[in-house]
Amino acid sequence: MATAKFEIPTLKRYPVIPLVQVGAMSHIKSFPAAGPIQKTLGFPEALVDDWQDKAIAKMGEMLGKYRSLQVYMDACVHCGACSDKCHYFLGTGDPKNMPVARQDLMRKVYRRYFTFAGKYFPKLVGAVDLTREVLDDWYNYYYQCSECRRCSVFCPYGIDTAEITMAAREIMDSVGLGQKYTNEIIGKVHTIGNNLGMPGPALKNTLEGLEEDTKDDTGLDIKFPLDVKGVDVLLVTPSADFFAEPHIESMIGYAKVFHASGISWTLSSHASEAGNFGMFIGNYEQMRNIALRVREAALELGVKRIVVGECGHAWRVAYSFWNTLIGPFDFLDPRYPVPQHICEFTDGLIQRGALKFDKEANDSRIITFHDSCNVARGSRMGNMPGGQFVIPRRIITSVANHFYDMAPETIHESTFCCGGGGGLLTDDLMELRVKGALPRTQALKQVVDDHGVNFMAMICAICKSQFTKVLPHYGFDMSMVGGVHQLVSKAIRLGDK
Amino acid sequence: MSTLTVIYGLLFYGATAMLVLGVANRIRTYAKAPAPLKIPTTPAPLTASGVRWRMAREVVFFESLFKSSMWTWIFGWLFHVTLLLVTLRHLRYFQEPVWLPVQLVQPLGIMAGFAMVAALGGLWARRWLVDRVRYISTPSDHLMLLLLLAIGLSGLTMRFVAHTDIIALKAFVLGLMRFNWQPLPADPVLLVHLTLVVLLMIIFPISKLLHAPGVFFSPTRNQADNAREVRHISAWAAALDKKA
Repeated sequence: MATAKFEIPTLKRYPVIPLVQVGAMSHIKSFPAAGPIQKTLGFPEALVDDWQDKAIAKMGEMLGKYRSLQVYMDACVHCGACSDKCHYFLGTGDPKNMPVARQDLMRKVYRRYFTFAGKYFPKLVGAVDLTREVLDDWYNYYYQCSECRRCSVFCPYGIDTAEITMAAREIMDSVGLGQKYTNEIIGKVHTIGNNLGMPGPALKNTLEGLEEDTKDDTGLDIKFPLDVKGVDVLLVTPSADFFAEPHIESMIGYAKVFHASGISWTLSSHASEAGNFGMFIGNYEQMRNIALRVREAALELGVKRIVVGECGHAWRVAYSFWNTLIGPFDFLDPRYPVPQHICEFTDGLIQRGALKFDKEANDSRIITFHDSCNVARGSRMGNMPGGQFVIPRRIITSVANHFYDMAPETIHESTFCCGGGGGLLTDDLMELRVKGALPRTQALKQVVDDHGVNFMAMICAICKSQFTKVLPHYGFDMSMVGGVHQLVSKAIRLGDK
Repeated sequence: MSTLTVIYGLLFYGATAMLVLGVANRIRTYAKAPAPLKIPTTPAPLTASGVRWRMAREVVFFESLFKSSMWTWIFGWLFHVTLLLVTLRHLRYFQEPVWLPVQLVQPLGIMAGFAMVAALGGLWARRWLVDRVRYISTPSDHLMLLLLLAIGLSGLTMRFVAHTDIIALKAFVLGLMRFNWQPLPADPVLLVHLTLVVLLMIIFPISKLLHAPGVFFSPTRNQADNAREVRHISAWAAALDKKA
C-alpha cells in the first residue's frame, strides 16, 4: 500500500524541542475498522445514529468505573510539564501530540457535559460540544498515542495519557468507530488463536522446522514442545517469535535456555499469543477474555509455572493485570512468582550458576539496550523497584563483553517509545511511526557515534518489528535490532553439560 | 450592623460552605470510583509505607515536576510554599490568642508575599513565552493567575501602601467564627481583597484547583507495585468472575 511521501527528520547531535506546528499531523488517520471486524468484537458495525448521546453516556459510565479517568479529567492544571515529553510531539511538532493537548481533546468534552464551569461558561474553560469534528480529532489523535506512559512519569499528578487514550478508544468502539489494525488482530485471536493468525497445525509445523534448523546449527536435539502435558513451565510468547525476524532468534534462545537448564516446558496452541491488544483499546472484557486463554491452557496442561516471552505490553498485562483478570493462581507452584518473565527466568539461572556462556561469541557486537515502555513504566521484574532495568542488562553483560547504555534521560523510566506501540504498528501510520522514532533514534545515534554500537537489544516484539522497519529510514541497518535472548542464544554453552 | 457587614458575613458563610461541601463532594466522587487495575507508574514502591513516602515527596517537593521542567518547578514550588506561609501568617486573624508558630511566621509571611507575587508572574510569563504552554492555555488558566495575583497585590498594598484597620478586621473575622457579628471596616482595598478571596473559595471545587485533592487519588502515584503478590480486584470486575 502506498504511503504518501513525507520528510524524514534529520538526526541532530542534541535533542531539540520543536516549535508548535498546528495541524502538522492532522492528515494522519489510521484506517477505521470495517463492519465485520467490529461485529466480531461485539461493537456496532458503523457509527450509530445517536452516537453523540451514546458516547456521552459511555463517558459517564467510564468516569464511574475508572478512578484514573475521573481524577485525571479534573486534576490537570495545564502546567505544560508533559508538553515536551511525548516522542510523537518531539518527532512531529503537532501540538495535539503534546500529552496535555491529547488529554484536552477529551477533557474539553468532559467539561462541557460533566462540570458546572463547562456547562455554563464553556468558552472560559475551553469546553466544547462533542461534534463530528471533535470526534474525528479524537480518532486521529487517540490513534497517535502509543500508551507508553512517559508523560505520566513527569506529570506532577501522575496523569497518565494512556488511561485517557484507552478510555477514548473504548468510547469510540462503543459507538461503532474502531481502528482496523487493532480490532482485526483481536478478532484473529478469538477466531484463530493468535495475533498473526497462525492456526494450530501451522504452528506445529513451524516449531518442527525450528527444531530441525536448530539441530543443523548446534547438532543437538533442542526441543520446541507444543501442548505437552505435565511439564514444569508453560511459555507464553508473542506469536511473532515463531517466525518473524529477528524475533525468532530470541525464540531459539528461550529453547536453548530451557534445554541447558533441564527444566521441562511447553508452548500452547490454545494460548499461542502473549500479546493482548485488548489493553490497547481499553476494553476490560476483551483484555480479560484474551488473558483467560492462558489460564485455561495452564490448567489444561497441568503446568507448575507460567513464563512470558519477550513482549512489552504483554508483560504489562501479565505482570500487572493477570492476577486481577484471571487469578488467583493457586493451582501453580507457589515458590515462583506468577507470571515470570523469561528474563527473570534466565537471570535466575545465571545467578545460581546453572548456565555457562562463551561471551566472546558476541564480541562482534557492541550492544546497547532499549527499555521498552510497557516493561519500564508499567511492570517490574525481580524483587526490587527497577528490577526491570537491572535484569535484562545483567543478562546482556553476562553473555557479551561490550555494552553501553544510551543517554540517561532516554533510558529506564524515561525511555522513549519505539514509536510503534499501543496499536500503531500499521503501515497506514508509517509517517507517524518514523517521526515518533526520532527521539530514540537520536539517542541511538549518540552511542553509535561515541562507542561504535552496532546492536540494540530489546525485549518487545512490537519494538523489534517497528525498529527493523523504521531505522533504515534514518540510515541504520535493520540487523542492528534484536532480542536479549538472541544474544543469550549466541553465547550459551550447550553440549558439554 | 451595616449592610456591608451583613453582605460580607453572608458571602463568607456561603463561600465556606461551597468550598467545604464542594471539595467533600469531589473527594467522595474520587473515592467512590474504583481503580479496577494496578497501574502504578513504575518503578514504584512495593509497600504501602513506600507509597506514603512517594506521595509525601510528590506533595512536599513536587518530585515529578522537578524531573520534568526546571522553570515550572521553581515558579510552581515557590508559589505553593509562599502561599502556605502567607496563609499561615493570616491565621492570626482567626485566633485569639495567636499560636506561637503563627507569631513566628509573621515576618516570613511578608517576604513570602513578595515571592508569591513574583512566582505568579513567572508562571504567567510561561503562559505567554513558551509556545507549547501558550497553545494549551485557556482563558480560565490566565484568569486564575490574574485572580491569585490580584489577591497577592491587594494584600501587599494594605501592608505597605494603604493600611487597613486590622484590629477591626480581626474582630469581624472572629465575630463570624463565633456567630457574634462585628462591623467590617469599609476600606476599598480590603473589600477588593476579601471579594477576590471569596471568589477563589467558590471557584476551588469547580476548577482545576481540584488538583490539590486529586493528586492523592491518582492511581499511578498511590498504588503499591505488588500486583503479583496481592490480587487486586474491584467490585464491578469481580462481578465478571461470577458471571463466567
